[in-house]
Amino acid sequence: MDCVGLCAFVQSLGVADPAIARLIGLIIGGVLVSGVPLLTVIFLILVERKVAARIQDRIGPNRAGPFGLLQTVADLLKLLAKEDITPAAADRVLYNAAPLVSFASVVLIWAVIPFMYADVAPGAFMGVDLDIGVLYFVAVASLGTLAIMTAGWASNNKYALLGAFRVVALLVSYEIPLVFALLVPVMFAGSMSLVDITNAQSHMWFIFMAPVAALMFFISSQAETGRAPFDLIEAESELVAGFNIEYSGMKFGMFFAAEFLHVFTNAVLFAILYMGGFLGVLYQQLPILGFVWLGIKASIIYFISLWLRNTVPRLRIDQVMNFNWFFLVPVSIVNVLLTALILKLAQVAGLAPTVFAESSLLGMLPVTLMLLVKDVLMIIYVMTRVAQEGRSARQAEQRMETDLLASAAGD
Amino acid sequence: MSESMRNFLIFLLILAVVIGGGVLLNSLFSVPFFLGVTFVAFGLITLGGAVAVVTTRNLFRATIWLMVSLFGIAGLFVLLEAPFLAAVQVLVYIGAIAILFTFAVMLTRSLTQLKDRYNRPYATLAASVLLFAFLTWVIWQVWGNWTPSGDIMLATISDTTDLGVALVDKEGLVLPFELASLLLTAAMIGAIVIARDVDEDEKEKRG
Repeated sequence: MDCVGLCAFVQSLGVADPAIARLIGLIIGGVLVSGVPLLTVIFLILVERKVAARIQDRIGPNRAGPFGLLQTVADLLKLLAKEDITPAAADRVLYNAAPLVSFASVVLIWAVIPFMYADVAPGAFMGVDLDIGVLYFVAVASLGTLAIMTAGWASNNKYALLGAFRVVALLVSYEIPLVFALLVPVMFAGSMSLVDITNAQSHMWFIFMAPVAALMFFISSQAETGRAPFDLIEAESELVAGFNIEYSGMKFGMFFAAEFLHVFTNAVLFAILYMGGFLGVLYQQLPILGFVWLGIKASIIYFISLWLRNTVPRLRIDQVMNFNWFFLVPVSIVNVLLTALILKLAQVAGLAPTVFAESSLLGMLPVTLMLLVKDVLMIIYVMTRVAQEGRSARQAEQRMETDLLASAAGD
Repeated sequence: MSESMRNFLIFLLILAVVIGGGVLLNSLFSVPFFLGVTFVAFGLITLGGAVAVVTTRNLFRATIWLMVSLFGIAGLFVLLEAPFLAAVQVLVYIGAIAILFTFAVMLTRSLTQLKDRYNRPYATLAASVLLFAFLTWVIWQVWGNWTPSGDIMLATISDTTDLGVALVDKEGLVLPFELASLLLTAAMIGAIVIARDVDEDEKEKRG
């Protein structure tokens, strides 16, 4: 086992045994990687509340500390001090385990996120550069579904169980377009490692090469986090509070924090997969700038997500399912097939580089244009189809109404 | 003895087994200590989960234990330097199949307090012992000559690229791969045909 990174740093502090140094390095790395999201979420909650307030023409939290900066800290203290209630009829072990699994499933994703450039082994500051980074993200995120399901069942409450049922329907079906959207950057980079995907975008961001895939990823990740317009997991007006109705105090706080963090994590993943992650001006000379670039890109996506959440109304469960199975899934499958075909044709014709990272801006232009034209044509075709179907549905409805009126007049 | 005291003792016992297993593997097969500890821990998770699946009387808990057991197998895959298989294990078995299990379990009646016995313990025990013996015999026949080395991990670390090439290569596994996909397609079509609603028009035609 070679000793690099944190392990080498621990060794330089005077720990002689490489095995012990490695263990200490792993523990420090684990604390760091999970600490960053934990600290981030405290500010994210404030940002979300401020943005939501502005969109709804309110001021938002502004009493605790300057600009309400300490509001979340106050909320956190309140949640910690609250009575921790376990319902008498609940399944005690599973009831307590569910919030932990829910939060862990989000924090675990941060293990594979490259934060900034590094000139040693994996090429970036990160927890671990997995060969299967993208697959790891999908696998770990699927544990969140399990946590919500367990919470709903273990609470022994009808509303919670109904919320959990909706989760299975929603999250499991939106995983399909999500994975198909993830396939496109993986195909471009020829690797599932998030570092390789980042480096493959050094001359052209994938959002310009595959806007449709990026949009699919954005929509389905919005659904995966259970945010509006897909927030029927915890539809307040129908289910009281959904799966977390029986939870109080910090256990509720963990579900809450997991949801907020998941939204931001998806924004960070979007930034890495489609917007070049830490790439930007001077990211090699001044690695900390890479961290700033990643933060700015992720914040833009995060803001759009909040904007969407506070603008659109909730969909019904059948509308959500129809949208997924009759719109997202077919479009994303066709998108993957067409992208693969065009990419291969361009590579055979010598218009596209085989390794994107070693190309140049000029070398990337032809294939980018081809893919962009394909995406525009696809959008036009799909939108015309949707418009046609909408028109015929409206006409059928009108015809029915006139028929009804005629029969009523006949009497 | 109070409940928390009992839980603490169980925790101590598990810890002792894990560390003892690590020491034993280290001295017998000169497996690195931390590797041995992780191996024993994941082995305990897998076996303990599997035993709990068949002994618990609550169907929902049984599916949760099944997931715990499958998670332990994913950990063993990581130890064998097969991260792709580990991720697929979590994604397919825990993320998809086990979730469908819980869905099915929630739709069944009286899932918490099963009183009736449907199983035959002695026959099951005999069958599982026989199966285990058979499997051990087969594995011994194939890999019996293998001598334990210092490293559990494989010397050739094959990554996902190798796996992908193997699945589409002429000399690789392309035929079994295509056959498996054909089988799955047939199964899916069958499921759709069974689950499909018979519409009113068709009913009238059939009379």
